[in-house]
Amino acid sequence: MDAELSAAPGLLEQIAAVARRSITRTLRQRALLVFPLLFPLILFAINGSSLSAATKIPGFPTRSYRAFALALPFIQGALFVAIATGTDLARDIETGFFNRLALTPLRGSALLVGQLGGALVLACIQSVVYLLVGLATGVGIASGVAGAFVLLALSILISFGFASLGALLALRFGTGEAVQGIFPLLFVSVFLSSSSLPRNVIKVHWFKEVATYNPVSYLIEGVRSLIITGWDSRALALGFGFAALLVIITLGLASAAMKTRLVRT
Amino acid sequence: MRRFLYVARGVGWRSIHNTLVSPAILLPSIIFPLFFLVAFAGGLSRLADVPSFHYAPGYTSFQYVFVFLQSAAFGGVFTGFAVARDFESGFARRLLLSAPRRSGIIAGYAIGALLRWLITGTVVTLAALIAGMNVDGTRTDLLGLLGLGILFNFVAALWGCGLAMFLRTEQAGAVIQMPVFVLLFLAPVYVPLPLLTGWIHDVARLNPATVVLEAARGLLAGSPVKFALALALLAGAAALLAIFARRGLASAERAG
Amino acid sequence: MSDGAAAIEVEELVREFRKGPRAVDGIDLAVSPGEIYGFLGPNGAGKSTTVLMLTTLLPPTSGRARVGGFDIVRQGSQVRSTIGAALQEAALDPILTAREHLLLQATLQGIGKAERKVRANALLERVGLTEAADRRVGGYSGGMKRRLDLALALVHGPRILFLDEPTTGLDPQSRAALWEEVARLAHDEGMTVFLTTQYLEEADVLADRVGIIDHGKIVAEGTPAQLKAEIGSPSVEVSPVDGGADELLAELLAGFGTPTHNGRGSVTVPLPGGEAQLAEIVRALDQADLHVASLQLHQPSLDDVFLAKTGRKLEGTAAETADEQPAPGARGRGRRRGR
Repeated sequence: MDAELSAAPGLLEQIAAVARRSITRTLRQRALLVFPLLFPLILFAINGSSLSAATKIPGFPTRSYRAFALALPFIQGALFVAIATGTDLARDIETGFFNRLALTPLRGSALLVGQLGGALVLACIQSVVYLLVGLATGVGIASGVAGAFVLLALSILISFGFASLGALLALRFGTGEAVQGIFPLLFVSVFLSSSSLPRNVIKVHWFKEVATYNPVSYLIEGVRSLIITGWDSRALALGFGFAALLVIITLGLASAAMKTRLVRT
Repeated sequence: MRRFLYVARGVGWRSIHNTLVSPAILLPSIIFPLFFLVAFAGGLSRLADVPSFHYAPGYTSFQYVFVFLQSAAFGGVFTGFAVARDFESGFARRLLLSAPRRSGIIAGYAIGALLRWLITGTVVTLAALIAGMNVDGTRTDLLGLLGLGILFNFVAALWGCGLAMFLRTEQAGAVIQMPVFVLLFLAPVYVPLPLLTGWIHDVARLNPATVVLEAARGLLAGSPVKFALALALLAGAAALLAIFARRGLASAERAG
Repeated sequence: MSDGAAAIEVEELVREFRKGPRAVDGIDLAVSPGEIYGFLGPNGAGKSTTVLMLTTLLPPTSGRARVGGFDIVRQGSQVRSTIGAALQEAALDPILTAREHLLLQATLQGIGKAERKVRANALLERVGLTEAADRRVGGYSGGMKRRLDLALALVHGPRILFLDEPTTGLDPQSRAALWEEVARLAHDEGMTVFLTTQYLEEADVLADRVGIIDHGKIVAEGTPAQLKAEIGSPSVEVSPVDGGADELLAELLAGFGTPTHNGRGSVTVPLPGGEAQLAEIVRALDQADLHVASLQLHQPSLDDVFLAKTGRKLEGTAAETADEQPAPGARGRGRRRGR
């Protein structure tokens, strides 16, 4: 083999190469696709019917609990994206694949963004499926066709934020256990929000306070507003605002963690 | 019979020993039911204001019974995970080699599941009492409630052990857990059966878990309903799943 | 790198981890271009830490090293473009195929699109993976994974190759095939190979020169023959057909050196003049009409060298020092001193 020095590839080419691998991995691991799709849908099917009596509570914002509950799968799906992204990256670190990449001229930013490419594909597939299932079960989108697209955008942005969180944990701790260990906390944060009932009808004071201070409530309410209310600028601003904040914070911290992890000289 | 008891006692001891010395095993089995209690009893308590919602002891008690039974079922399911783990690590084969009466292995795992759940059940009960749960049942009613929990735990442990012995891989976890999860949530979890509408009402009406849940709620409220039917259903399930678990063990024996 | 300069030069290289002893404790070494350098030592001796530093993946605490003429701290990217590395774990993605691995690696190394496929095909053929090229790596055997690992290290045509325990866990056949390929790279293509191993035979067969590392320090260095010669001469063990003839045998062999009775009727005598003395012994036995059941020549091994230098056998030292291995997650978390 000829000894020669190759020119470092451009940033976009690096991102594309890593993203291609990440997407290939995602699409080839059916279990990774199926479980995050099915679990939230099973809960949606069950809770959407089991809790329909909640619509009789005075002040409940819609007459269809199913429409109210449709927001939740988008958030639960985002949690699964976080775990899948983090676990994938942690496995690369654990197996030494990360070191192999580190020996190439690959930039840390390209590795991070490329890795998140697979997460975006997963998020897109999930969001579209959840929306289609919602429509198929008779849920109308109050904000119309344009609102459906905005809903998908918000859902993907939320997933991207959680995926960055997964990447951050993987880069910081370097093990799959650490990434999976955070799942119960994320799961709890979704339940301690306005996921099951709107904040204005939650009766227990401390629960209402926790839900009010829990940013997950605003992510859910942003998605939900497009389904049951229409164009609610406040809910959307808060939803997109918190989602953007999540992306900025987690992606920023993940970039810093990448620099530490990729400590080649 | 003596050899059966020796094996059961040994396996049961190891199971509970591992639980007590390993917080990674014990804590999730305590924290998750506690969390469900908080999330359901706290977050959904307004459901008690829905017209036609009748449960005298209140919503915390209503949800406590569900979480009590759910923790019993999941205590059994988690034991299935432990069995699968033992097969992956090779420890189960050591058990098969050394146990003079192999059916004692299943009984041992079931004993481990019960002891572990008794810890969880106690913690959940204390938490519910601190949260202001009302208990209207008599001492006999409460013993009946405990009996239902123990039987439910036993049934789930047989299911978990049996399936884990058939599949012998940790990846069986989701397959063990999911049917139990779905069965439980297709019962009237959040509101009484009459308040459910549509398909979920039809499914819940036919779901045997509904009978157990209603019987347990009746006992806590001091007005027992369907208790005998619940006992019969659980006993029948235990008998069927004991055969299933024994076949799982035979499958593992054949696999060597 | 100018002609005649060492491919790898290391001076007083040190690496400390926060919660452990010095993993690498002031080593010096030099590897010539085209040489196979075997870095021999038990688990935890500091081999992998040295490789991680020389491949720029772990900053040294102190000391200097140049690889391919480039400083490993100040010229990391130039070092990386000069070297190929197959690190301790066969770091592969089980979901991807061998071809996809090679194309990804070639892309990240900045190789043009058309050239990528050509190189991938050539390397697949070279390591005998053409038929399995489009199968997922998850189903590969250990030997196939190691061969792919080697191919990936060669994608960008490096001049220096680092192989960290490349044959650990392989069956004898796969091990021999890999040795053959590594020898070809060095001897036919002039590639410098820095190879870590815990196998004596591997260092003995493959390496032009061997460095023995223990507790982070190089305790011996030289060609395998030199190292063994340092320990002493070969010896011959003679077993007579008549077990009672050992006294007579010892008397006869005393003419060559001090004989040792082995307690099984056999007698061992050192051969200070080397293997050439064996013929003389056979002649002496024949003249004395002493019938021999077996005659065995014992060469000093690298294990004897390790024993002489460290007071321990190489086998069995792994467990006691395994804790010192840097975990993947430990990268960059150690202390670093100014140089």
